[in-house]
Amino acid sequence: MSVEAPAVRTVLAEDGVLLREGLAGLLERFGFEVVAAVGDAGALAAAVAEHRPRLVVTDIRMPPGFTDEGLRAAVALRREHPGLAVVALSQYVEQSYATDLLDSEGGRGVGYLLKERVADVQEFVGQLRRVLDGGTVVDPEVVRQLLRRNRDPLSRLSEREREVLGEIAEGHSNAAIAGRLHVSEAAVGKHIGNILAKLDLPPSDDVNRRVMAVLAYLRSGADRR
Amino acid sequence: MEEHGVGAAVRTAPGTARRTGRSAAEGSGRARPDTVLQALGTRRFLISAWPWRALLHAATTPLSALFFGVPLLVLTLPLYLPAFLVAEARDGLAAAPSAGTVPALLASGAVLMAVFGPLLALPAGRLERFRLRLVDGRDPGTGHRPPAEPGLWAWLRRRYTEAATWAELGLLVLTTALFAPLSLGLAMLGVVAAIMLSAPLLASEQVPLTIGPVQSETAAEAVPMMPVGVLMLVAVVYAAGGLAGAHGALARALLRDRGTAELRAELTEVTRSRARLVDAFESERRRIERDLHDGAQQRLVALSMQLGLARLDLPADSPAAQSVAEAQEQAKRAIAELRELIRGIHPQVLTDRGLAAALPELADRSPVPVEVAAVPDERFPDHIEGTAYFVVSEALANVAKHSGATRAEVAARREGGALVVDVTDDGRGGADPADGTGLTGLADRVAVMDGRMLLSSPPGGPTVLRVELPCQ
Repeated sequence: MSVEAPAVRTVLAEDGVLLREGLAGLLERFGFEVVAAVGDAGALAAAVAEHRPRLVVTDIRMPPGFTDEGLRAAVALRREHPGLAVVALSQYVEQSYATDLLDSEGGRGVGYLLKERVADVQEFVGQLRRVLDGGTVVDPEVVRQLLRRNRDPLSRLSEREREVLGEIAEGHSNAAIAGRLHVSEAAVGKHIGNILAKLDLPPSDDVNRRVMAVLAYLRSGADRR
Repeated sequence: MEEHGVGAAVRTAPGTARRTGRSAAEGSGRARPDTVLQALGTRRFLISAWPWRALLHAATTPLSALFFGVPLLVLTLPLYLPAFLVAEARDGLAAAPSAGTVPALLASGAVLMAVFGPLLALPAGRLERFRLRLVDGRDPGTGHRPPAEPGLWAWLRRRYTEAATWAELGLLVLTTALFAPLSLGLAMLGVVAAIMLSAPLLASEQVPLTIGPVQSETAAEAVPMMPVGVLMLVAVVYAAGGLAGAHGALARALLRDRGTAELRAELTEVTRSRARLVDAFESERRRIERDLHDGAQQRLVALSMQLGLARLDLPADSPAAQSVAEAQEQAKRAIAELRELIRGIHPQVLTDRGLAAALPELADRSPVPVEVAAVPDERFPDHIEGTAYFVVSEALANVAKHSGATRAEVAARREGGALVVDVTDDGRGGADPADGTGLTGLADRVAVMDGRMLLSSPPGGPTVLRVELPCQ
C-alpha cells in the first residue's frame, strides 16, 4: 500500500499483549518496520540502544511500577538519542504527562495521544507520520481541556483562533486545518498569524513557531504548579 | 479568620481542645489563675475576686448539704444505727441488739443508698458542677454520657451503671459529712472575727464583751481587739480559700469526665477501625481501577483497533462497512465512559505524581475557574493524599453547585506534622454543615484520618474550608 521506502524502524512498548500484537500488525501494514515489541520500560531502553529506531511508540503505564515508567523512559530516550521521534499512548487525559514529554528537546517530533486514537487507524498513522516529520501532536482531548481553561494567554484568542490552535496542536497542516474547519487556506494562515502575534512569537528561522504556540499553551498550564 | 469547628473538629475535639486549653494556661498561667488554689499562692489574692468566690462557695456548701445531704443521711440511717445500738448496749442503756439486727440494718442501709442515692446524687452533682465554677475556671465536662436509646428505662440504666453517678454520690457524702461542718466552723470563726472588729461598738458596761479570756467593758478597752479581728478575718478568708479550693479540687477530681479514658480508648479503637476500613476501601478501589485499566479497557482498545483495521478492508460504502463503523463508534464510547469511570474510582495521576500534579488537573475540570496557589511537591502517605484529593474534589463540587462563586483558590502546605489544605471561594458564603451540602461527609472522611475540618463562611462570603490532616 505504502510506497515510501525504506520502512520506518520502530520500537513498540506496550505491556498488554493483545494491544501490542494488534499495534505491531497495524504498524507493519502501514509501512513501519517493528524491529522490537517489548513489554516494559527497561526492555524499551535496551531495544532502542540495540536497534536505533527512528520512532518509538510507547505505553505510559508499564511494569514494574505501573505508573509513568513509559513516559519517563521516553523523555530519557529523547535526551540520549536526539532526533528520535516518540509517540506516547496514554489511558488518561493528564496534562502533566503531556507537558513533560512535549518539553523534551523543544517539543519536536513528539506525540501524546490517548490509546483509543489507534482505533481511527488512518488518522493514527497520519499522526505518527507528522511526528516523524518533526511535528508535535497532542491529543484533542488534552487540547480541549487546555482550551476550556479561561486563562492567559488563552483569553486573548478568539473562539476561532482557539479552534485553529487546537488543530495545530493535533499536528495538522494549514491545508488540513482549512479542510477540517471548512474555511479557505488563506483564512487559516491569517488566523495562525494572529495567534502567533497574540502569543508574542515573532517570525524566526530556527524555531518551529507552530510547535512553540502549542508549548506556550501547555506551559501556561504548567506554570501553575 | 473566624473559624468554627464542624463535624470532624467536634468529633476530634478532645485532643484539640485539650491542646489549646493547655497552651492558653501555659501562656497566661501566671497572670490569671484558673482555680482558687492557684490564686491562693499569688500576692494579689486578697484584692482579687477569688476570696469572694471562695466565700460564696463555702457559704453555699452547707445549703447544698442541707438540701441533698440531709435526706441522704436520713435515708442511710440504718448504716450508722448499729454504732449507736452497740454504744448504748455498752453503756448499759439498752439491750444488746440481736445477732441478725446489725447485718440486716447494714444491708438495708446499703440497699437504700444504692437505690435512692443516685436520685439525690444526680441533682446534687449538677449543683456541684455549677458551684465548681466559683472556684475553678476550667470546664469539668458533664461526666455523664447520653443514654444508649430514648426512654426512661435506658436513662436509668445508663445513670445507675456509669461511674459519674457514683462519683457524684461520693462527693455528696463528703460534702455533707466533711465540708459542710468545716464550712459552718469557718462561718463561726468569721462571726467571731466580725464581732472583734466591731468590738468598740458592741462593748459596754451593761453588756461586757467576752471573748476567750479577754473581757472588755468599754469601747476603749475593746479597741485592741480590732487588729486581732482584722488578722482573724484575713485568716478566715485564706482558710475559706483553702477549704473551697480543696473542695473544688476534690469535686473536680470526682466530677471530671470519668469515663473519658475508657471512652477515649473506645473512640480511638473506633477511629482506627474506621481508618482500616477506609484503607481497605481505598486499596480495593485501586485494585478495581487497575483491573479495569489493564483488563477491560485494553480489550476495548484492541477491539476498536481491530474494527478500525477491518474497516480498511471493506468497501467504504458497503453495508458491512457501515455496521463496522457503528460497532467501532460504540466501542469508542464505551472506552470514553470507562475512562471517566476509572478516573472517578481513583485518579491515576494522584498515584503517579501526588497532589502537586493531581490538584491542578482537578482544578482544570471545575466549571468555576480555580487557581491552584501552592501545593508542596513532596509525597504524602497514600491515605493522606487520597483524603486531601477527595476533600478538594468535593469542596470544588460544592463551590460549583452552591456557592455562586466566580472563582476559587486551592492551596496546600505542610505545617509541622500536618498537611493543611485550604479551599477558598468568593461566593455568597453562609455554608452550613447542617444543610447537608456534603460538608458532613467531608468532615467524616477527615475525622477518620484523625484530622480536623474548619469552615469559615460568613453570609456574603468569602468561604474558606480548611482541612488539617496529621501525617508523620
